[in-house]
Amino acid sequence: MPVSRERKEPKKPKTTAEAQIPGAFEGETVSRRRFMTGTVHAAGGIAAAAFTLPAVGLAFGPVFEKQEEHWQSVGPIGDFADDTYVPRTLTLVRGIGDVGKSTVYIRKYNSELDDEQRDEYNEFIAISTRCMHLGCPVRFVEASERFICPCHGGVYDFQGKVAGGPPVRPLDRFYTRVRNGNLEVGPRFSVNSELKRFSPRDPGMPLDGIGQYLYPARPSVRKIPGT
Amino acid sequence: MANLKPPLPRALKPKPKGPSEDNGTGKAGLKDKAADKGISVVDWVDERTSLSGGARWLMFRKIPKGTNWFYTLGSASLFAFLSQAVTGVILAMYYDPSATRAYESMRYLTNEVFLGEFVRGMHKWGSSVMVILVFLHMARTFFWGAYKYPRELNWVIGVVLLILTLFMSFTGYLLPFDQRSFWATTVGVAINGTGPLVGPYLNDFLRAGPEFGTTTLARFYALHMLVLPGAIAAMIGAHLYLVARLGTTAPPWIRADIDPDLRKDET
Repeated sequence: MPVSRERKEPKKPKTTAEAQIPGAFEGETVSRRRFMTGTVHAAGGIAAAAFTLPAVGLAFGPVFEKQEEHWQSVGPIGDFADDTYVPRTLTLVRGIGDVGKSTVYIRKYNSELDDEQRDEYNEFIAISTRCMHLGCPVRFVEASERFICPCHGGVYDFQGKVAGGPPVRPLDRFYTRVRNGNLEVGPRFSVNSELKRFSPRDPGMPLDGIGQYLYPARPSVRKIPGT
Repeated sequence: MANLKPPLPRALKPKPKGPSEDNGTGKAGLKDKAADKGISVVDWVDERTSLSGGARWLMFRKIPKGTNWFYTLGSASLFAFLSQAVTGVILAMYYDPSATRAYESMRYLTNEVFLGEFVRGMHKWGSSVMVILVFLHMARTFFWGAYKYPRELNWVIGVVLLILTLFMSFTGYLLPFDQRSFWATTVGVAINGTGPLVGPYLNDFLRAGPEFGTTTLARFYALHMLVLPGAIAAMIGAHLYLVARLGTTAPPWIRADIDPDLRKDET
C-alpha cells in the first residue's frame, strides 16, 4: 500500500479568539495590534504621498503642457524668391532674450523642384536651422546650394533633404501663411525623407520606417490637424 | 551565587587622572589644564552618544599587506567631491540662474569679485579632476579584482556614483550660459532623446518643455546643486560603510602566508 504523501497542515486560525490571542473579541479576525500597525503605515504612506505626488507632478508637468500656436510676420511676400533662401529671425521662446531666437530660411514654393501637395501652408517654404543630427545650427551656403552643419558635418540639399553626414531626417519646416500681403511663420513640423509632414520631433529621431513609433510625438505639441 | 548587581554608570566610577594631575612633574601647566578640559568635553559627548566606538570602528581598521599609494584614489575622489561642494556653495552665492542674468552674473563673478576667478577655476578644473580620479579609482578596483565577492554591492554603488558624477558634469556645463555651454547642452539633450520610446519624454523633462525655455536653466541648476549632490553624498555614505564593514583587499600579487606543515597536508 503506497504511503499517503498528503501532509496535514495545521489549520490557520480564522479569528483572534481561535488563535488564543489575549483579550480577543468574539468574531474578531484582525488583532488590534495588527490593525494599529496597518493604520500607522497607511497614515505614513498617505502623508508621504501628499507631498511627493504634487512635487513629481510639478517636475513632469511641462511634458503635458499645451503649447500655444502663434504666428509671426516676417515681411511682405515680395521679399522672397523661389530660387534662393532669405534668412529671417524667429522668436521660438519668449521671455529669455536672444536664447529664444532662431534663424529660419524662407523661399517661395518652386513647382519645378517641389513635388509635395500644395496647400495653404506651403506657398512659402520655411526651413528650420536646427540640424537633425544633434541640434546644432546649420547655415545655407549660397554657392553650393546646400545647408551645412558646423558640428559633425551634416549636409542637406536645397530642399532640406539629407545629402550627406550623420543627420537622420530632412531639416524641419515651419507652417507659413499669407495675411494681408505679409508672410507669417507658424508652428514647426517634422518631415520624413519623402517630405511627408509629422508632428514635431527632436533632433536625432528618424521618421522613416518604425522611427515614428519609436520616437512618439509629445501629446501636447502636434502638427496642424489634416495637413 | 554570581554578582547580580548592575555595573556602575561611567559617571559614578572614579575618574582616571588627567594630564594636570599625572604629568610626572607635580605641577599643572596651562597646557595640561587645557588638555583636561578637552578630555572632559569629549567624555561628556561620548557618554551621551557612544560615538567613540563607531569612530574607532571606522578609523582603526586592519589593512592588508601590500597596501600602496593606489589605495588613496578613493579618498582622493572623496576630497575632489568635498572641494566641489565647498567651492560650489560659494559660487551659488553669486550665481543667478535665469536665462537673461546667468551670463552677466558669471561675468561679474569672474571679473569683479575678489578671488572669484580663482574659486570658479577651482570648481571648473576640479570637476575634470574628479571625473579622472573616479575613473582611476574604478580602474584600480577592476585590475586588482577588488570588486569580487563579498564586495560586488560596493562595485554597484560605485558605478551609480560614476553615473551621478557624469550627470553633475552634464548639468554643470550649462550653468556659465555662454555659447559653448548652450550648444553643448542642446547636443547633449538631443543625444539623450535618441533613446527609443522614453527619449522624447525625458527630453521634455530635462528642458521643462518642448524647447529650451525660461525654466530650463533653473531646472539644471536645481539638479546640479540639490538633487545630484544629495544623492552623491548618500551613496558615498553607503560606499564608505561597506568599505569599513568589509575591509580592503590585498593587491593580487600578495599571497597569503601558509604554514609549510599545512601545505604538506594538502598534497
